[in-house]
Amino acid sequence: MDKLSHIEGSIVAIPVNDIDTDQIIPARFLKVTDKAGLGKAAFCDWRYLEDGETPNPKFILNNAAYQEASVLVAGDNFGCGSSREHAPWALMGAGFKAVISTDFADIFRNNALKNGLLPIIVDRDTQQQLFSLAEEDPSTSVRVDVEAQTLTLPDGRAVDFPLDGFSKYCLLNGVDQLGYLLALDEETQRFEARNPQRVVTTA
Amino acid sequence: MTANGNPRTLFEKIWGAHTVRDQSDDTPAVLYIDLHLVHEVTSPQAFSTLRERGLAVRRPDLTIGTMDHSTPTTPRNELGIIPVADALAAKQLDVFSKNCDDYGIPMYALGGEHQGIVHVIGPEKGLTQPGMTIVCGDSHTSTHGAFGALAFGIGTSEVGHVLATQTLLQNKPKTMAVNVEGRLGDGVTAKDIILAIIAKIGIGGGTGHVFEYRGEAIRGLSMEGRMTVCNMSIEGGARAGMVAPDDSAFEYISGRRHAPSGADWDAAVKRWRELPTDDGAIFDQEITIRADELSPMITYGTNPGMGMPISAAVPMPDDEADYNKKTALEKALNYMELAPGQKLLGKTIDVVFIGSCTNSRISDLRQAADFLRGRKVADGVRMMVVPGSQPVKRQAESEGLDEIFRAAGAEWREAGCSMCIAMNGDQLQPGQYAVSTSNRNFEGRQGKGGRTFLASPLTAVASAIAGVVADPRAMMSSTL
Repeated sequence: MDKLSHIEGSIVAIPVNDIDTDQIIPARFLKVTDKAGLGKAAFCDWRYLEDGETPNPKFILNNAAYQEASVLVAGDNFGCGSSREHAPWALMGAGFKAVISTDFADIFRNNALKNGLLPIIVDRDTQQQLFSLAEEDPSTSVRVDVEAQTLTLPDGRAVDFPLDGFSKYCLLNGVDQLGYLLALDEETQRFEARNPQRVVTTA
Repeated sequence: MTANGNPRTLFEKIWGAHTVRDQSDDTPAVLYIDLHLVHEVTSPQAFSTLRERGLAVRRPDLTIGTMDHSTPTTPRNELGIIPVADALAAKQLDVFSKNCDDYGIPMYALGGEHQGIVHVIGPEKGLTQPGMTIVCGDSHTSTHGAFGALAFGIGTSEVGHVLATQTLLQNKPKTMAVNVEGRLGDGVTAKDIILAIIAKIGIGGGTGHVFEYRGEAIRGLSMEGRMTVCNMSIEGGARAGMVAPDDSAFEYISGRRHAPSGADWDAAVKRWRELPTDDGAIFDQEITIRADELSPMITYGTNPGMGMPISAAVPMPDDEADYNKKTALEKALNYMELAPGQKLLGKTIDVVFIGSCTNSRISDLRQAADFLRGRKVADGVRMMVVPGSQPVKRQAESEGLDEIFRAAGAEWREAGCSMCIAMNGDQLQPGQYAVSTSNRNFEGRQGKGGRTFLASPLTAVASAIAGVVADPRAMMSSTL
C-alpha cells in the first residue's frame, strides 16, 4: 500500500443515498483472479448505455469537466451490500483517492482503508455544501490532511473527520495490517494452546 | 457465565473468549477465528498475497472451501459433470481448485457430493457451532449466527489475514437487541420477520452493530428459519446477527459430520448452555416488533429496506420530508417503473426464483413444494428452483419435491448462488420483474435492468401460480 498523508483534488458528486457495492462494481465483473483493470467497471451500469460500451452522457463521471476528479462525494450510507473488495479496487482504478459521505457501510469502510482509499465521514450540511459546490464549479477542489484528520473546503473551512488510530498509522506509513498480525505469532500460539480447536475441517 | 460479576450478552461472551489481544487506544482487538469459509470469488487475490510473501496457510484444518458463486446450475452432461461454459468463471474455478490443493485446504468442488452455497454447507456439515467465530469473504456470513456463533463477512485483504494468521484486527462493534414478540400468523414466515425489521430500521440502521434476535417468535422458529433471519442482518447494516443457542440448535447439530460426539458432545452442550445473554445484560440499542401484527412482506424498491406489507401501496416520495431519502425513493421507483401509491398485489411478473443462502434449504423447498403441489406455474412465468447444496438437492429428490416442481412447470436446477448474484448466466433480462426469495433487490443485482421484489418462498410460489404478485394467505385455505 502506498503512503497517504495528503490529498488535494477536485470533487465530483453522486448525490444518491445507499450506493451499494453492486452499483460500484456489478457482480459479473468479479470473475477475475487479480485486481487489475477494474477501474473501467466502476459504476458500469450507470456509466454506460445498454450496450455496456457507449458512455451514458447523463452520468456525471462521463462529463468532461469532471475527468480529473479524485474525491467522490456521495449520498448517505455509501458502500452497503456485499463484502467485495473489488469495490474499493474499482474506485481506485477509476482514479479516486477518497470518498466523502455522511456514513459508510462497515465492510466497505474496512476494505477501503486496507487499500489506501480514504472514507471521509462528514455532517449532512457539509455533504450538501459539497454537492452544491461540485455542481456549480467542476474545478472545486478540497484538501485532506490525514495526520490532522481534516477536510478543508474551498472557503477555507476545515472539517474534522473520524479515523481510527491504527488505520491512520497504516495509511501514513504505507504499511498493511498483515505484517502486524504476523508479528503476533507467539501470542496467537499461546491462544491456541489455551483454547482447543472446535472443528477439524480436514478430518 | 459472568466476568467480574457483570452480566454479559451472547456477543460479549464470544468476543471475550476470542481476543488474542485486547483493543487499545492505538490498535483494534485481535480476534481468533475458529472457522474460515472460502469460495472462488473473493479468495484469489488473497492467495496471491500469500504467494508474493512466501506465507503458508496457518490452519488449513480450520478452513474449508466450496464453489458456489460463479458456478453454473445447468444440467450435468452424460459424464455427470456440470460444464462451465463461461471461460472466465472456468479459470476462476481452476485457480480456486489449485489454491486449495496447494495449501491443503479441503474443498467441495462443483457438482461433488458436498458442494453448495457456503452458508448452507457450514451448518449442514455441523461445522457451524455455538460460541465459534466464523468468517468468510461474503457478507451473508451472518447466517451462521443462527447457532449462537459470531459470524461476519470480510473483504479479500482480511481473507488473506485469516489464511496467514487465523486472526483478524477488529474494532469492537456495538450491540442491538432485536426483539420479535408474539407469534407469527399463518402464511407469515422468518423471511417476513427480517424484511419487516429491515423496513423498520432501514438499510443502514444496524451499521456498527451486532444484532441479537430475541423473543417468542425467534424462539419459535426452526433453525433454518433462524438462518433466514440472521442471513439478512447485513441488509440492515449489521455485519453479524445472532440467536442464543438452545435445544433446537443442539438437535440440528447433533449427528452431523463435524459435530462433536460422545463425551465431547456432552461437554460441548454444557459449554453452549452458558452462552445465552445473562439476565440484566445491557445492549447499546434495542428495538421491538410484534410478530402477530406482521403480514407477508415484499420489497418495492432498490434496497432491502424498501419493504412493506404485501397489500400496502408503494410510498409517495412527496410524503418523505428528508431530501436525500425523497430523491432515493424517486430514483428507486423510476428504476422499478412503479408509480407512487401503486399497489403491488396484481402486478404482472416474469420470473420467480426460489433459492440463495437466504431460502434454499430443505425446509424452504418443502414449504414451496407443498404449496405448489397439484398447481401450475402461470403461463409466461419462468420459475427456477435452485437448491442450496448437493445434499439439499438429493434430500429434496428423495422426497419427490423435484417432481412436484417439474410437474408444475418449474425448473429444478443444480446447487449454487445462481440468480441471487447473477454471475453464472442465471439472470433476469432487462425490464423483467421477479419475485425472489434471495436477499438483495439492488439495481441490476439479478441481471442488468432486471427488477426484483424480495419475498418469502410462500409469497414467491403464490405469485408464480397467479402470474402476478400474490398474497399466499389468499390461496392457503385449500392447502393447510
